[in-house]
Amino acid sequence: MRLHWRIPLWIAWLAAAAWGSLGFIERLSGGHAAGNYGSYVVWGLWVSAYIYFVGISAGSFLLSSLIYVFGERRFERIGRLALFTAIVSLCMALFSIWCDLGQMSRFHRIFTSPNFGSMMAWMVWLYSIYLLLMLIELWLATRADLGRWQASARGACGVIGRLLACSRGPLDARQERSCRHWLKVLLLTGIPLAIAFSGGVGALFSTLSARAFWHTPLMPILFLTGALVSGVGLVAFLAAVFSPQRGEDQRDTVLLLGRALLGLLVFDVILEWAEFSVPMWYGVGPEYSLLMRVLFGEFWWVFWVLHVGLGCVVPILLLTVRWRAWSVGLAGLLVAVTFMTVRLNIVIPGLLDPHFQGLQTAFTDHRLVFWYVPSVFEWQVTCFILAVGAALFYLGFRFLPLVPRDEGAAGCKA
Amino acid sequence: MNDARHRTDEPPAETSSTDNRRAFLKAAALLGGAAAAGTAALVHAKRTTVGNEPTGAASVRELPPLKSIAIERRSDPLLRMQEALRRALAKPVEERRWLMVIDTRKCVGCHACTIACVAENRLPPGVVYRPVVTEELGVFPNVALRFTPRPCMHCDQPPCTPVCPVKATWKRPDGIVVIDYDKCIGCGYCVTACPYNARTRNLGEYYTDGTPARQPYESRPSFEYGKLWDREGHRSPVGNARKCHFCLHRLEEGMLPECVTSCIGRATFFGDAADPDALVAELCARPNARRLLEEKGTAPRVVYLV
Repeated sequence: MRLHWRIPLWIAWLAAAAWGSLGFIERLSGGHAAGNYGSYVVWGLWVSAYIYFVGISAGSFLLSSLIYVFGERRFERIGRLALFTAIVSLCMALFSIWCDLGQMSRFHRIFTSPNFGSMMAWMVWLYSIYLLLMLIELWLATRADLGRWQASARGACGVIGRLLACSRGPLDARQERSCRHWLKVLLLTGIPLAIAFSGGVGALFSTLSARAFWHTPLMPILFLTGALVSGVGLVAFLAAVFSPQRGEDQRDTVLLLGRALLGLLVFDVILEWAEFSVPMWYGVGPEYSLLMRVLFGEFWWVFWVLHVGLGCVVPILLLTVRWRAWSVGLAGLLVAVTFMTVRLNIVIPGLLDPHFQGLQTAFTDHRLVFWYVPSVFEWQVTCFILAVGAALFYLGFRFLPLVPRDEGAAGCKA
Repeated sequence: MNDARHRTDEPPAETSSTDNRRAFLKAAALLGGAAAAGTAALVHAKRTTVGNEPTGAASVRELPPLKSIAIERRSDPLLRMQEALRRALAKPVEERRWLMVIDTRKCVGCHACTIACVAENRLPPGVVYRPVVTEELGVFPNVALRFTPRPCMHCDQPPCTPVCPVKATWKRPDGIVVIDYDKCIGCGYCVTACPYNARTRNLGEYYTDGTPARQPYESRPSFEYGKLWDREGHRSPVGNARKCHFCLHRLEEGMLPECVTSCIGRATFFGDAADPDALVAELCARPNARRLLEEKGTAPRVVYLV
C-alpha cells in the first residue's frame, strides 16, 4: 500500500482503538448500565454485529473452500486471504457476543454444561469446532511457505516460520502433498459446517415462535445467502486492495469475484422481496406493521438509503456498468459494509412488537420500552471490536504468507 | 506462495483422482461421526429433565394448621388459600399443581401488587415481574377501563426454558418455572422467547443512582429461590434474566405470594389446582375463565376471569 494512504489509515486506526477502548473499559467496569437496550428490546447493536461478522466469516470460508476443494485455480491466490478473513471475522463475532452477555465470566458454562436442545448451544459448539478447523486449515495452507521462511526469511518472519512450520527446514514434496490432502479433507468437512452454522444463526431467530417477525422458515436460507453476499463482497474488496500483484491474473480474479458477487446479490434481493412482500401483501398482521416500520418508520433511511441504495443499487450498477477491478472492489466494500443494516433490520424490529398493547405504559421505566437506538457506549465497544479485527488482519497480512508476494511487496518473502 | 513449485509438484491425474476420493471419504467419515454425536446429544437433551430441587418425601413440609379460626367454603378467600397452601405443602412437590387466578372484574388498577412485588424481590430499574396493563376501551361516552395484571404465566409448555443454552431455567415438578441465577450467563435468549414479555433483564442499575447518595434499601439482598442474593459488585442477579416465580421463597415457608396478599380487591387467587377443595380449582373451572394467548400453545398456569 502506498505511503500517502498508510498515514491516514494509521491515524484512523489509532483514533478508533483509543475511543473504542474507553467503551470497552466502561463495559468491563460498569457492566451494561450505559447501553440502550433493555428488558423488552433485549438485543441491540452487539447482537446485530455478531450475526453480521458471523455471516462474513461463513461467506469468506465458503469461498475459500470452493477455491481449494474444487481446484478453482483462478481464485487460488486469494484462498488463504479468504480463510484468514473468515478467522478474523469469527473472532470479532465472538468478541461482540461476549460483550453482550450479562455474565461475561460464565461463558465457559456453554462448554461445561450445554443444553443441546437449545439452538444457541449448538451455535457456540459449531463455532468452536469451526474456528479450530479454520486454524488448522490455515496452518496446513501456509505450512509450506512457513517452512521455506525458516531458511530464507530473517527477523519476525523467520521466527514465525520456525515456530509454526513444525519441521526442520523446508517441507519435502511428500509433506507438502500430505498438507494439501488434509487441507482438502478439512475444507470438505468445513463446507457443511459453515452452511449449518450460517443457516443455524437464522434458525436461532426463526425457531422462536413468540416473535412473528423472525418466525419464518425462510430465515435460515436468508442468513446463508446473506453470509455469502457479505463474505464474497469483503473478499472482493480485500483482493482488489491487498493483492500486491497488479497484473492480468489479479484483475481476472477480482472480476470473477465480481461476477459471483453480482449473482449472489441478485439472488439475495429476490429472497428479500419474498420476505417482505408475502407478509405485507394483504396489509394485516403484526409482521405487516413491523415491516411498515422498517420501510416507512423513523429509520426508513437505514433501509432505503443504506441498504437498497448503497448496498444494492450502486453495487449492481458498479458490477454491470463499470467492469473494472476497482469498481468490483468498491462494490464489494459497499455490499460488505452496508450489510450491517440488514442485520440491524432483522434483530431490532423483531423485538419491537408488544403482544399486549399498553405494556410499555404499565410500568414506566426507560428499560421497559419498545424502542431502541444504540448508545454512544455501544458504538464505542463496536468500534473497539473493529479496531481489534483490523489489527489482527494487519498482523496476519504482514507476518503470515496470506497472499503471493512479488519483489516489491511489503511483508515477508521466502 | 511459490506457484511454479506447486505446479511442478502436482501429482499425475490418476493419483489426484485417488487423492480426491480419499479426501472425500475421510471428510465423510468425520462428518458422519460428528452428525452421529450431534444427534445423540440432541436426543439426550430432549429426553433429559433439568432440575435440582428435592422431590418425594424430602419435599414435604408439615405446617401447623390454623386452630383459632374455623375455615370453610364461605370463609375469607385469603384464609381459604392459606389453608389450601398448608395442605399442598404436606404433599410431595410432584403432586402439587400451583395455579393463579386473576379476576379482572375485581381488579381496580391500583398497582399495589406490582409495587409489593418490587419491594419483596428488591427489583431494580428495568425489572418488573407483575405490571398491570391498563386499556381504555370504547368511545366517549361509552368507555371503560380494563386492568390486566401480567405475572409470569408458568406455562406447562414454556417456550423460554428449552432455549436456555446452559440449563439455567426449567419447570419444576409443581409447575413453577425457575431460573438458577448462579448458572445463568445473561444471553437474553429466554427473554426473546417469551410471548408474554414476562422475562426481564437485570442490567445492574439502581433507582437512586444520580441522586446525592444511593439509598441503602436498594443494596439490600433479595431472598428469591430461598437464597440470599447480594447485588453489590455486579454479582447475580445482576446480568441475569429475571422473572416472577410465584414467590417460591415465600411458598416454601407457608406464605402466599406477595401479589396475592397485597391485592386490595381480593382479585388475585393462588393455590394448588390438584386439590379439589382449593379456591383456585373452583375458580378456574368457571365458564368465564380465560388464558392469555392460548393460541400460542403454551398452556399458561395463570387464569383470568373476565
